[in-house]
Amino acid sequence: MKTITKVNKDDVIIKFAGDSGDGMQLVGNQFTSNTALRGHDLATFPDFPAEIRAPLGTVAGVSGFQLHFGSSEIETPGDLCDVLVAMNAAAYKSNIKNVKPGGTIIADISGFDKKNMRLAGYQETDVLLVNSASTNFTFFQVDITKLTVESLKEVALDAKDKDRAKNMFVLGLLFWLYDRSFESTLAFIEERFSKNDMVKNANSLVLKAGYHFGETTELFTNQYELKKAVQSPGKYRGISGNEAIALGLMVASSKASLPMFYATYPITPASDILHFLAKQTKTFNVQTFQAEDEIAAICSAIGASFGGSLSACGTSGPGMALKAEALGLAVTMELPLVVCNIQRAGPSTGMPTKTEQSDLFQSLYGRNGEAPLPVIAASSPSDCFFAAFEAVRIALAFMTPVILLSDLYLANGSEPWKYPEYNALPEIKTRLLKESKEKFEPYNRNEALVRNWAIPGTEGMEHRIGGLEKKDGTGDVCYDGDNHHHMVKLRAEKVANIAETIPLQELSLGELNADVLIVGWGSTNGSIRTAVKELLLEKKSVAHIQIRYLFPFPKNLKGILEKYKTVLVPEINNGQLVKLIREKYLIDAIPYNKIQGQPLNVAELKNEILKYC
Amino acid sequence: MEVEKNIPTLTAKDFESDQEIRWCPGCGDAAILKQMQNLLPSLGIPKEKIVFVSGIGCSSRFPYYMNTYGMHTIHGRATAIATGLKLTRPDLNVWIITGDGDALSIGGNHFIHLLRRDLNVNILLFNNQIYGLTKGQFSPTSTQHQVTKSSPFGTDDKPFNPMTLALGAGASFVARSIDREAKHLQEILKAGQAHTGASFVEIYQNCHIFNDGAFSMYTDRASRKNAALFLEHGKPLLFGEENQFGIKLDGHQPKIVDVKHEESLNDLWIHDESDGIKANILSLFFETETFPRPFGIIFQKSSKRDIDQSQPYKEISVEQYNHLLGGKENWTVL
Repeated sequence: MKTITKVNKDDVIIKFAGDSGDGMQLVGNQFTSNTALRGHDLATFPDFPAEIRAPLGTVAGVSGFQLHFGSSEIETPGDLCDVLVAMNAAAYKSNIKNVKPGGTIIADISGFDKKNMRLAGYQETDVLLVNSASTNFTFFQVDITKLTVESLKEVALDAKDKDRAKNMFVLGLLFWLYDRSFESTLAFIEERFSKNDMVKNANSLVLKAGYHFGETTELFTNQYELKKAVQSPGKYRGISGNEAIALGLMVASSKASLPMFYATYPITPASDILHFLAKQTKTFNVQTFQAEDEIAAICSAIGASFGGSLSACGTSGPGMALKAEALGLAVTMELPLVVCNIQRAGPSTGMPTKTEQSDLFQSLYGRNGEAPLPVIAASSPSDCFFAAFEAVRIALAFMTPVILLSDLYLANGSEPWKYPEYNALPEIKTRLLKESKEKFEPYNRNEALVRNWAIPGTEGMEHRIGGLEKKDGTGDVCYDGDNHHHMVKLRAEKVANIAETIPLQELSLGELNADVLIVGWGSTNGSIRTAVKELLLEKKSVAHIQIRYLFPFPKNLKGILEKYKTVLVPEINNGQLVKLIREKYLIDAIPYNKIQGQPLNVAELKNEILKYC
Repeated sequence: MEVEKNIPTLTAKDFESDQEIRWCPGCGDAAILKQMQNLLPSLGIPKEKIVFVSGIGCSSRFPYYMNTYGMHTIHGRATAIATGLKLTRPDLNVWIITGDGDALSIGGNHFIHLLRRDLNVNILLFNNQIYGLTKGQFSPTSTQHQVTKSSPFGTDDKPFNPMTLALGAGASFVARSIDREAKHLQEILKAGQAHTGASFVEIYQNCHIFNDGAFSMYTDRASRKNAALFLEHGKPLLFGEENQFGIKLDGHQPKIVDVKHEESLNDLWIHDESDGIKANILSLFFETETFPRPFGIIFQKSSKRDIDQSQPYKEISVEQYNHLLGGKENWTVL
């Protein structure tokens, strides 16, 4: 019987990496749900190759899944990992630079044979897996493939299918290392393979074999333990950003008592919203429409909006570019619409599987004519729910298209979410007009300058609206210069009035009179918070705000910005919010830009902030 | 459709909006508008259930002149906008007004996909073979070698054959009419409206400013009987001053024959609207100079789409929403 040392940890970052076909996403997701159920806080980020089936064993075909979990608040999936699981040489090659000094590498030595070394671009004579005494890392070399096949020698599966179960061996081993029960995964296997007993049994056997290997081998002498995170009481679930947007739109449309219409064209990384919603169409008041192109998607949404639906579209940068003209139509017709832009690296096709925040200017300015519309951003996977809910509220309250900005990092990332009860969420008011004593005029407005919404089928309110400039009130086509000037100002003022209904900007961390204020928006929230928290612990004079409402800005933003000597604006673009702030408030805000398709690196960000405090 | 309630008897006048008509005096568009306003009262559909959707171009001003719901949208997109409207509001009577540039050039993609989807809407394509609103450039239906402002030496481009295009896209109702034949036009509009599925009606429309006389061979007394072939379901294909010519199928090849040499009119091609293969051959008359241009319903077949599966607003319980919010796997922190 070996002696096992229990080692306590505050947080751990594990990266599972292997070939696309190695099932690393499944291992990651299973370990994650087990971690969540155990009461740790966590954040995850999958990292897929752009190619669906890149050549086996190559760096291009590596699929990864990073999980950061711990006993205190976890804001990001983490920069460098403590543990790298490398199923082959290519996975090792593409991830080794992201392992912490002193980190642990668990390698399947079958994936480091001559052939795999060559495919990964190494010399066949290179020795990667060496004695830990001579490197910074601790290596655990396990012949996972061989052990998997051995554990299935009684099972009548062919060699290829046996080989495919090796991800369960890894999972079992990791469960042992972190002293977990594997029951949740057994239940998962039971359900997933309920139609194929042989595969079901094989996966269960291999999972247990991995666990027992950890238990018996002399290789591992440590087991790692983490305390539960202190979480506020309530019901939790795991959620990704795209799922949260889909849910937010659905629940908000229900709170507005409207049917929902989601029109879209497949595009990475937005398509998962469609996949989720398409499954709900039989049960809920949701209709999905996969259009022939991006333009048809938004145009059909505008048509549905005219007909009285809550309409929404999901897309990414290139699709947004194609939607520009129709967005202008929705602005001038003053119809409610939510367009979700799940940003990715551009320009043009750019890097479709890498994240970026470079469509802020496009959202604000990417239309012909004076076409202002509200723009809001989500700041974490679960926050996508509330951002979507708020986007719907604004669209309906102000009869306007709204752009909701998320990005690939939020879309695919996931975290535990203390989800709300349906009844705890507010009702949403619409401008639907069912009857009127006076003659209906489509462009008559309320005190906030918002028009009414009379939909076909409503007797006596027949009217025509369109893309031509319209006379204030009646909506008749009008080319008069003075009227146009008036209408341009009216539409701008209406959008500006939204600022009266949004929450004031709050400080996320730090004090009002600190030396440096870090101003972020969107998905950088986690990285910035982690960096600022660490600096605050180091007694640095730093504060943080994360702006959700990018247009119009919260009314008190200027007042906050003016309190600080230094305003630093980190963004995953070449400097966009920083320019808006400089332009609007004449404040000498300083940009900090990383445009590498990755979330902001906390250590790098900290170093940057330290220059100013 | 909810036509249960007593609909007040409407007249053509009820469908006229208060907007001044701004088409050029004598434009074929006005003639089509008149036929529409004459037709609608006979359909028994309440005004508030009717929506006209248009894109950009002269014809697309149409919705402004109809006292119904309407949208005058952006270039080429009326079909896409109407798609969203009809998908979510199957109870509405939706008309798409478009032109040769709008439907076949900038909006070509949406046009073919609408026909493929076969939603229960009516598409009226006002074809004047020219860009009128932008003052006289060649359009995708302009004839090859046509001299226009943008083709001073004649355009090299071949025109689209809208009928073949529509049939190729899977249209379930394809017809052609002409602005000057009021009665024929109204009958075709009525048939298109009665069809369940997307009805596509190409209407030859004279632009007397930029392309005057483009269709005069089908309207001039001297030529029309020889140039136009008016189709009737179940009737032989006859044309000519005294219907002296007939069309016969020799294998898959159409032939023009002198009727008096035929033993029986039944030996001629008898028009069958439901025959898709013959409809394709008819549509190809367009490409020839020997055959007359067919007018009327070229093809009509019941739609394969589940039409008007109007989804009533479902009653959904709070529990269902809470279940949705909770996802497949959740846990409680005490």
